[in-house]
Amino acid sequence: MTPVATPFFFYLFAAIMLIGGILVITRRNPVHSALALIVALLAQASIYLMLYAPFVAGVQVILYAGGIMVLFLFVIMLVSIERSMKERQFNSQWVAGSIAAVALGGLFIAVYAKGEKIFPHHAMRITPDELLNTQGVATMLYGQYMFAFEIASLLLLVAIIGAVVMAKKRI
Amino acid sequence: MESMLHITTLHYLVLGAALFILGVVGVLTRRNVVIVLMSIELILNAVNLNLVAFSHFWGGLHGQVFAIFIITDAAAEAAVGLGILIAFFRNKETVNIDEVNLMKW
Amino acid sequence: MHAIIDYISSYLTSEKTPGAAGNMFWVLVYIMLVFAGLSVAVIAMNWLERKILAHMQVRLGPMRVGPHGLLQPIADAIKLLLKEDIMPAEADGFVFWMAPLLVVLSAFTVFVVVPFGPTHAITDMNIGILFMLGVSSLSVLGIVMAGWASNSHYPLMGALRSSAQMVSYEIAMGLAVVSVVLVTSLHGAGLYGVGGAGAGDGTLSMIGIVRAQQEQGVWFIFKFFPLGLIAFFIFAVSMVAETNRAPFDLAEAESELTAGFHTEYSGFRWSLFFLAEYSAMIAVSSIAVTLWLGGWLRPFPNLLNGDTWDQAFSFIPGITFLFFAAICFYNAVRMPKHPLFRVQTIGLFGFGVVLGLIGLILFIPAVSIRVQDIFWFAAKVSGFMYVYIWFRGTFPRYRFDQLMQLGWKVLLPMGLGVLILTAIFGLWPSIQQLIQRLI
Repeated sequence: MTPVATPFFFYLFAAIMLIGGILVITRRNPVHSALALIVALLAQASIYLMLYAPFVAGVQVILYAGGIMVLFLFVIMLVSIERSMKERQFNSQWVAGSIAAVALGGLFIAVYAKGEKIFPHHAMRITPDELLNTQGVATMLYGQYMFAFEIASLLLLVAIIGAVVMAKKRI
Repeated sequence: MESMLHITTLHYLVLGAALFILGVVGVLTRRNVVIVLMSIELILNAVNLNLVAFSHFWGGLHGQVFAIFIITDAAAEAAVGLGILIAFFRNKETVNIDEVNLMKW
Repeated sequence: MHAIIDYISSYLTSEKTPGAAGNMFWVLVYIMLVFAGLSVAVIAMNWLERKILAHMQVRLGPMRVGPHGLLQPIADAIKLLLKEDIMPAEADGFVFWMAPLLVVLSAFTVFVVVPFGPTHAITDMNIGILFMLGVSSLSVLGIVMAGWASNSHYPLMGALRSSAQMVSYEIAMGLAVVSVVLVTSLHGAGLYGVGGAGAGDGTLSMIGIVRAQQEQGVWFIFKFFPLGLIAFFIFAVSMVAETNRAPFDLAEAESELTAGFHTEYSGFRWSLFFLAEYSAMIAVSSIAVTLWLGGWLRPFPNLLNGDTWDQAFSFIPGITFLFFAAICFYNAVRMPKHPLFRVQTIGLFGFGVVLGLIGLILFIPAVSIRVQDIFWFAAKVSGFMYVYIWFRGTFPRYRFDQLMQLGWKVLLPMGLGVLILTAIFGLWPSIQQLIQRLI
């Protein structure tokens, strides 16, 4: 399928993601932060669609926006936030933290500026076959990355047991 | 302006880097544990964006498969992190991360 | 000007959905049609639910507003629009406003991939069924936000229970869907046909799943009998629980939690929740119809195949609408002969005439060929709607712990079992080869 108006959509979704990210880290109310994060995650799913990765976009919407954020909202509702909303929001090392983050950003810019020639102005090397994306991911997931797949399932089992044990009142 | 209109892989990488910086700022400066955990999710998403952009650049699907694993990992980590948060809240009745100082001398 | 007409008419000879063909004009036209059809369907569902429940309970239901209560949904809509918009004090304004928006958006966006026919979908995504499951899981967020923003404990408890229920039954739904996706990759025709060792290319796209049913010559509800039936049963129960409908409607039952998460919503905001609930019902029924009941295929495509049977079945849409028109005329004739009822009688006659005209139009072969698929799809989804209303009128409500136990302890193991057995059935030639090599 031919992509249409790619620059417009890229800048739109990039702006939504960045605004969502800024709202996540600056809102006083954690529920508002969670909502901003949901918006940012959905915008990221759209960018995945632009990058010809529909399966990852679908997984992002189901797992991240529909699963992990529900978990976050549940916990925010269980943990009373009124007291925390009246306290000071930013801790005492915010200056040092921001300077460190800006330095990291400068490092990123330096690396990207130096290596700009690696990414030619033609966006793609090989045009991926969009109709077979899921099948390709499945072949790779159950073929080459089978071991990692099994380990990931074991990790999820451990996480489930750990979360249940941590949240119980009496073990 | 010309180069800004044609979207190359570098655009996606810069976007990923910006999200990463936002997440790092959130982790380092906020006092509410839930928001720190959400900033960690931002960082993981930035890494995912990087991976998928490179997968698009090279044409193979390895980046997308790794991104799926990272999403799975983030789910597990969010679950355990929030479980720890609930246990902590039950003890101390606060979600301020500066109050996690029982092992300080 | 010429280019625009070319752009518009270039799609008419295409064999793909407008989204896949990239034709934005027709995409917008289809979106408008789906939106309009969905709104009409929700209004019709409102009237049908009240009338059918009433008749099941041996009473008449709404009879006053319009002939046989046909204008009742419109009266309800006007009432809801005119009601005062109350927001509880101390409620989080932005979240309170956004919650019904999120639920409605997710309920309507799902219809982008629903296939009403081989080319009658807005688009045919590669990840169709994954998209539908994912977007419908976003409505859980809206419900949680609605309960939270109301700043009152009944909605909060209702929202927590409702979202826990929806998340639990999503897993059972997913497992049932996975077993169907597994079957789409097989080649063999017939009830138990597998088609040689190794699998072909399975597909997640909705149109692809129906085409797989067409190729394999059997609706997936009958495939590997009884596995397809059990998977369908798991999905049918899960979808009723997913949409918070009876008998799983503890979260919004009036006798239990004073209407649960939408207690504090009044007027237009409540009608958005109500709209989203019915749209979600139609959406999950569309998933069930596409995955198990053959989507837009007419009944018995293989047992009764051939041109004469095709011709005979192509008369059924027209006959159905003429039957409805006949019912309207019969009831119009039986209306009381009082001057006060004259407007209603004329209205009912007019409605019957409209239905009759639609029925006659559906007899024209040119129209019938294009619209037939949509009719069969809509007929099957209507069957599901009737079953939903039947459930509501028949079963007592589940208690919340019974509900969670059903989702986690009964449907989840059943889903896993069906998946494993379907995989064994599907890979049977490969397993046979393996056994022969080992022995």
